[in-house]
Amino acid sequence: MSNRVEKKIKEPFIRIEKRADLSSKVKWLLYTSAFFTAIVVGGIFLLAVGVNPLKAYGKIVEGAFRSKMAVEATIKLAVPLLISSLGITLAFKMKFWNIGAEGQIIMGGIFSTYFALFHADWPHFVLMTVMLLAGILGGGLWAVIPAWFKTKYGTNETLFTLMLNYIALYLIKYLTEGPWKDPEASGFPKIASFEANARLDKIFNVHAGWLIGLLLVLAVYAYLKYTKQGFEISIVGESQNTARYAGMNVKGIVVRTLFLSGAICGIAGMCQVSGAAFTLSEGVAGGVGFTAIIVAWLARLNPFIILVITAGFSILEKGCSVMQSTFGISTAVSSILQGIILFVILAFDFFSSYKLVIKKQKKGGAKNDY
Amino acid sequence: MKKVKRLLAVLFVFTMLLSMTACGTKESEKEDSTSSNSADSDFKVGVIHIGDPADGAGYSYTHDQGIVAMQQELGLSDEQIIRKNNVADSDAAATRAAIEECIEEGCKLIFGTSWGYMDTMEELANEYPDVMFSHGTGYKSNGTNFNNYFGRIYQARYLTGIAAGLKTKTNKVGYVAAMGSENSEVTGGLDAFAMGVESVNPDAKVYVKVTNSWYDPTLEQQAAEALLDLGCDVLGQHCDTTAPQLAAQNRGVWGCGYNSDMTKDAPEAHLTAAVWNWGVYYTMTTKAVMEGNWNCENYFGGMADGLVDISPLSDNCAEGTQEAIDEVKAKIVDGSFQVFEGELQDNQGNIVCKDGEVLDDATITGGINWYYRNVVVQ
Repeated sequence: MSNRVEKKIKEPFIRIEKRADLSSKVKWLLYTSAFFTAIVVGGIFLLAVGVNPLKAYGKIVEGAFRSKMAVEATIKLAVPLLISSLGITLAFKMKFWNIGAEGQIIMGGIFSTYFALFHADWPHFVLMTVMLLAGILGGGLWAVIPAWFKTKYGTNETLFTLMLNYIALYLIKYLTEGPWKDPEASGFPKIASFEANARLDKIFNVHAGWLIGLLLVLAVYAYLKYTKQGFEISIVGESQNTARYAGMNVKGIVVRTLFLSGAICGIAGMCQVSGAAFTLSEGVAGGVGFTAIIVAWLARLNPFIILVITAGFSILEKGCSVMQSTFGISTAVSSILQGIILFVILAFDFFSSYKLVIKKQKKGGAKNDY
Repeated sequence: MKKVKRLLAVLFVFTMLLSMTACGTKESEKEDSTSSNSADSDFKVGVIHIGDPADGAGYSYTHDQGIVAMQQELGLSDEQIIRKNNVADSDAAATRAAIEECIEEGCKLIFGTSWGYMDTMEELANEYPDVMFSHGTGYKSNGTNFNNYFGRIYQARYLTGIAAGLKTKTNKVGYVAAMGSENSEVTGGLDAFAMGVESVNPDAKVYVKVTNSWYDPTLEQQAAEALLDLGCDVLGQHCDTTAPQLAAQNRGVWGCGYNSDMTKDAPEAHLTAAVWNWGVYYTMTTKAVMEGNWNCENYFGGMADGLVDISPLSDNCAEGTQEAIDEVKAKIVDGSFQVFEGELQDNQGNIVCKDGEVLDDATITGGINWYYRNVVVQ
């Protein structure tokens, strides 16, 4: 580009520029320092609210692991996060920004709750299988809606999937206060608790969702890495035109992938209603669908790293809950602490891919052209 | 690099396993020490709050004041009280996680203060027979380790109704109700309030707006605004926050709060509130569980027990309110006056309690699904 054009464009004082890929060594250094910076910044906050940070962090780690029951609780928190992060990964790999995991979890929950409420007398194995399939269908269809509109009318998937979250949430509200309201709850709007037959079995004292989650880690990894469909996803994600030139049915791939993405989130919903809550309530997704985005992103869409990061998140959440009651501090403090830690890590993550370039004083000094 | 990642993952799993076993042994040691030394200093009480006691007013605050009173009375240390705050009772998984965390902490007695915790507590009571569960404002119990506690707050509501009836100039009294007529607790309380209004002001009507939520500051405020728009100049409430009182104050009119004395929150509007002294129950129950002689019966205390009362009348009250209330209060305490004594007529013209009869407790807690004759539903 000529100098003349460059002069016309006013260069901002600071601009964001993509970095060349950092070497693995530097990356690891960056993430390690991110972790420690997060701990330090969080510590300053704790100090400011009058809590000894060393004790608090000790309590967080202890709280997540102090007993068999605590570990089980941590795993229970991890299950929906792990599964929905894996679900999101499929869509993100295709650069389809599905931020509707929350709604897909809910729809999976709603679909499987139908069978738990009205067909609780079916043989246990049959009922569980049907509930799982219902969860898959519910979440999958909910994700297909924005995918179909995107391929047909080019709608913005970010907004579309986001909006569908609220529709799903209000659908629960409607069912809770309307057709599925527990008649024995003397007016309190709630859906009846599932009968024992409609509850997910426990394996090692935690509902089977953890096993489903681990199997999905392997399945998603294998699907993306070794199957033709997984290859198609990454090609569509890199460039839709390339995919088209290669004769791929891009629309079909988008709809199919979103179905799978939503279906996996739907499984998370099924596990929550039948394994953790034993009923369908407004808190069934509880923000997990949004946290899952961060997990998938931080893990660079690698299923195994998702497992590790999910574990980290769950430990933090469970530990913070214990810290809150131990020190008698407000729940807001532990939420803020989690927010700070996350924010610092995300900031470091951002700077691993981008850098800020401060405007050079000398005219025409900028190396990069536009 | 892959190796490092793998190594880290393995390390992570390893530390997880290690801490599992390490904690496992710690726990068993702890159990040994409790059995050999059954000192009260090991006794832990868990409390599940729907809001945050730090709000300084309203439902969770009032319950927590009761817990604090119990703690002082029985000389428990801060470490012996485990509070889980902001536990949404519409989120069954979160409710379960919070209660399980109390069990994990070693709590032997757990108070759940909101209606929606009931079913989860019932289930956990069966899963953990060694832990005592006491659930507020519901109706279920199992006779061994799960009971219910509540009180005759309708007695206090009747008295606040007197204050409202004497104060209103438009003869329109508003009432923000958490639940609709199918909920006996809310409806009975509202009826008692309406009877109190009628006893001093037969011309006044009580207009009701239902929020369908126990705790929702926004909805409560919107309901209050709607009632004020109708011309109501005194607002009663059965919901958890101070929002209706603040809305009344903004319009320069008055209100009767609930749970805690809301005069400090809305000094220019507040007349008197129906209040709970939960400490009466929490102290009694905790002491009994600690001494191992808890009977696990459902509890339904009243004004005579000191469980319910009204807050001191503010200067906003009409002249003569104190005298009118004192007279009825004395009769309630000595038992010569029953709020739900016939003849009672609902707003459809049906007789719901015959002359000379008194509604029994089962009806009061679970069977009042009618509105008193001066109630208008909006």
